[in-house]
Amino acid sequence: MPDRPAIWNFLLGRLSLSSLPLDNTILVWTFVVVALGGAALLATITYYRKWGYLWHEWFTSVDHKRLGVMYMVLGTVMLLRGFADAIMMRSQQAVAFGSNMGYLPPHHYDQIFTAHGAIMIFFVAMPYIAGFMNFVMPLQIGARDVAFPFLNNFSFWLTVAGVVLFMTSLFIGDFSHAGWLGMPPVSELKQSPGPGVDYYIWGLQLSGLGTLLTGINFVVTVVKMRAPGMTLMKMPMFSWTTLCTSGLIVVTFPILTATLFLLSLDRYLGTHFFTNGFGGNVMMYVNLIWVWGHPEVYILILPMFGLYSEIVPTFSGKRLFGYSSMVYATASIMILSYLVWLHHFFTMGSGADVNSFFALTTMLISIPTGAKIFNWLFTMYRGRVRFDVPMLWTMGFLFTFTIGGMTGVMLSVAPADFLLHNSLFLVAHFHNVIIGGVVFGVFAGINYWFPKAFGFRLDEFWGKMSFWFWQIGFWVAFGPLYVLGLMGVTRRLSHFTDPSLQIWFIIAAFGAFLILLGILSFVMQIYVSIRRRDQLAVGNDPWGGRTLEWSTSSPPPPYNFAFIPMVHERDAWTDMKKHGYQRPLEGFNAIHMPKNTGTGVVLAALGTVFGFAMVWYIWWLAVVSFVALIAVAIVHTFNYDRDGHISAEEVSQFEHTGNWEPKAQGATA
Amino acid sequence: MLLLPALMLSGCNLVLLNPAGDVARQQSDLMIASVILISLIIVPVLIAIGVIAWRYRASNERADYDADWDHSTKLELVVWAAPLLIIVMLGAMTWIGAHQLDPYRPLTRISAGHPVAANAQPLEVEVVSLDWKWLFFYPKYGIATVNELAAPINMPIHFKLTSTTMMNSFFIPSLAGQIYTMPGMQTVLHAVINKPGNYKGFSSNYSGHGFTDMRFRFLGMSQQDFSRWVAKVRAGGSDLDRKAFDQLSKPSRAVPVHYYAHVDADLYHHILNRCVDPGQVCMDKIMAIDANSIRAAHGSDADKALSGNPSMTAPAHDAATN
Repeated sequence: MPDRPAIWNFLLGRLSLSSLPLDNTILVWTFVVVALGGAALLATITYYRKWGYLWHEWFTSVDHKRLGVMYMVLGTVMLLRGFADAIMMRSQQAVAFGSNMGYLPPHHYDQIFTAHGAIMIFFVAMPYIAGFMNFVMPLQIGARDVAFPFLNNFSFWLTVAGVVLFMTSLFIGDFSHAGWLGMPPVSELKQSPGPGVDYYIWGLQLSGLGTLLTGINFVVTVVKMRAPGMTLMKMPMFSWTTLCTSGLIVVTFPILTATLFLLSLDRYLGTHFFTNGFGGNVMMYVNLIWVWGHPEVYILILPMFGLYSEIVPTFSGKRLFGYSSMVYATASIMILSYLVWLHHFFTMGSGADVNSFFALTTMLISIPTGAKIFNWLFTMYRGRVRFDVPMLWTMGFLFTFTIGGMTGVMLSVAPADFLLHNSLFLVAHFHNVIIGGVVFGVFAGINYWFPKAFGFRLDEFWGKMSFWFWQIGFWVAFGPLYVLGLMGVTRRLSHFTDPSLQIWFIIAAFGAFLILLGILSFVMQIYVSIRRRDQLAVGNDPWGGRTLEWSTSSPPPPYNFAFIPMVHERDAWTDMKKHGYQRPLEGFNAIHMPKNTGTGVVLAALGTVFGFAMVWYIWWLAVVSFVALIAVAIVHTFNYDRDGHISAEEVSQFEHTGNWEPKAQGATA
Repeated sequence: MLLLPALMLSGCNLVLLNPAGDVARQQSDLMIASVILISLIIVPVLIAIGVIAWRYRASNERADYDADWDHSTKLELVVWAAPLLIIVMLGAMTWIGAHQLDPYRPLTRISAGHPVAANAQPLEVEVVSLDWKWLFFYPKYGIATVNELAAPINMPIHFKLTSTTMMNSFFIPSLAGQIYTMPGMQTVLHAVINKPGNYKGFSSNYSGHGFTDMRFRFLGMSQQDFSRWVAKVRAGGSDLDRKAFDQLSKPSRAVPVHYYAHVDADLYHHILNRCVDPGQVCMDKIMAIDANSIRAAHGSDADKALSGNPSMTAPAHDAATN
């Protein structure tokens, strides 16, 4: 506690002026830029009087499509943050050789690689997949919303709460330096007495709860709310992967919550779950966190597999090859992903039998994954493949991910992993599969479904620029890391002594710069497309889609479908088109829909305050905010005014004015 | 364009592909074998992706088009069976390799075709990772060193490893695969170095702000050179008792090489059992007391229960047996 009158310690906990990193010029300038940018944004919103619009139409919205879009925006903003960290690491490693210590001292560098990993997984990849699942899945299964619309809004704001705590740590206090998984002993109080690890814990507890609620919500939605006739084996692949990913979330996120809870007991109450003494054991944390952590990477990749399984048939003008084998592959990956966690620490000394078991389960996963790659290939076979931007990203995925799969199998050979573990080879491998699989999928999906969400396509030129910069940039950035790994260079080093390594780090930094151009091209693509939205406008079905989301207008009306479609075939929309489907233009009924509510925002805001109070030991505020949180939640349960109706006239108006007719350059089917 | 990376690669030392120790050599061979096996399926797939995408591009009107073709039992069988076959081979290789190259298993060969002699005594080294440097005990010689490790070539080395506070990973890429070091626990590594040389060693598991500088040199030398090296350590070194160890264990970075000519006999045992401070009860003692009290309370049933759980009776937590 700072040395000052007791009343200040009571009011502010351990927070004081010295908590502000005023001695760190990089952070001060970051703060200035963020503050100016933030002020400009707020001023613009105020000037155009958009606060009411944002609040009523977006922040309090329980519409899964709006929430999906907000998740995508959140993911993109945090991508910029996470990538700023990446550029800093790459440039530090490119210059910090010999007597040059670089510009980042270890205590800062260590926070940056921790923040980079944690943010990219929790606040970039997770919001992106939550965004896709939110926007697409209910439309694909012919539902009007998710099973628990309010919960959906609450989940989103809990994710935002986690982001707020992570971002606050930049400017008040510091961030964890214990790596993206917060491994003890580094994350224990003795080694990390500052607020950094607490920011990490509470940020993840809030957003993790949000993710868990999303998982429950989507499992129920898929199971209970499919359109009549859509049996499970007629469900689109993306919805299947949403179901499997949500199942994984429901089973594994409680483990994360419990593990972080035990760590916070160690830090706040002096227990010894993961300390070195008093019977505590670090190995327990390593196991627990990976029991969650390995399924987590499948939580990220499965929806992307689903997304590619939509894009490949659409752009090949053909049914998906081997649908049932795809479903079984997805399900078996879901099960197997629980059984491989130990491959993250073959080198902890578990013995040959244990290591062999986990090496074999790990290799087994490559079988269903390989089957999927083949099935996409056979989908293109005898097709008419159109290389629009979403398909380009998918091609990039097929090449990159397959190579990443190969290096993954190398790492799964337990004896070889003793050499490769924790090396830059490993770093290159997981970026190879996460960028090649998840990030490329995100861009494929954004290009694919953007017209559905906004009624106009994304600009093709900037889309291709972004694609090529990313493809080339990826290999220039991570090819050298594979080489360095084979040279025996380990990860997370902030300084090097061997000058022969430097050239590779310089090449890698140049690759990161190319990726930067790829990201800027993407931002440019969005900007240019908004400017040219009238030329890029499309109807309901710009790509010759095959699933139900393409049967409704772009953007879809709040209720998605005026009449819930009847499903007879696997590719329901292709089937409807084949049978000369005529959209009904009369006979509409009023539609029952949930009402918007601000409770999610309020609860998440209170959660953020609670987290902040816990981080800084401001106990009175923690108690007050926690009690308020529970009180608001209870009060909300007595809110019976939760739903209303969209009248038949309004429905009729939507159906007549919506964006339906295929525009000139759009339809190719 | 393609030649450039090849040229650059030839200029650098890919130590993991060409290590100087037999264990690392075998691990590396397994890695290369796995690449070859996997390439059997990956390379055709990579080619097929390009070929199929190009052949069935929309503008190619000559290619067949069958919008409803979505199933072929034969193809699906191949699609699942081909990777399965590869994985069966790879799995068998891995199972055997994981057991043969288990770091806990004493070496049976010095290098290909040279088995370990029946009466050969391995070099015993006790390794402690501190914040942020490495301490090596040579119990047979009663000496210790900081950040410098030496071993005669072609002699099996038996490492026992622990840590004071953090989790590190002991790694000499030229010698053998890495193994974690953990406080209050002991891990084991068997290895041999086959060529004289001055090799890099370091921690490869992040352990806090001084982690980057946790490097040491590993010297592989002839038997005579090794004897001279031991004599040098004895001649130039100071004493390592509990007090000196307290001083040494304080966090420090980029620590220069240091020699200790005399070492307290039980020091490694005390570090492992977390009782260097005379006020601390050693962990093995606590565990023995616990075990006895359970025995006293539950009679012979407890023996069965205890014997099923080695951690209760072993002198210290042994990560291998737990």
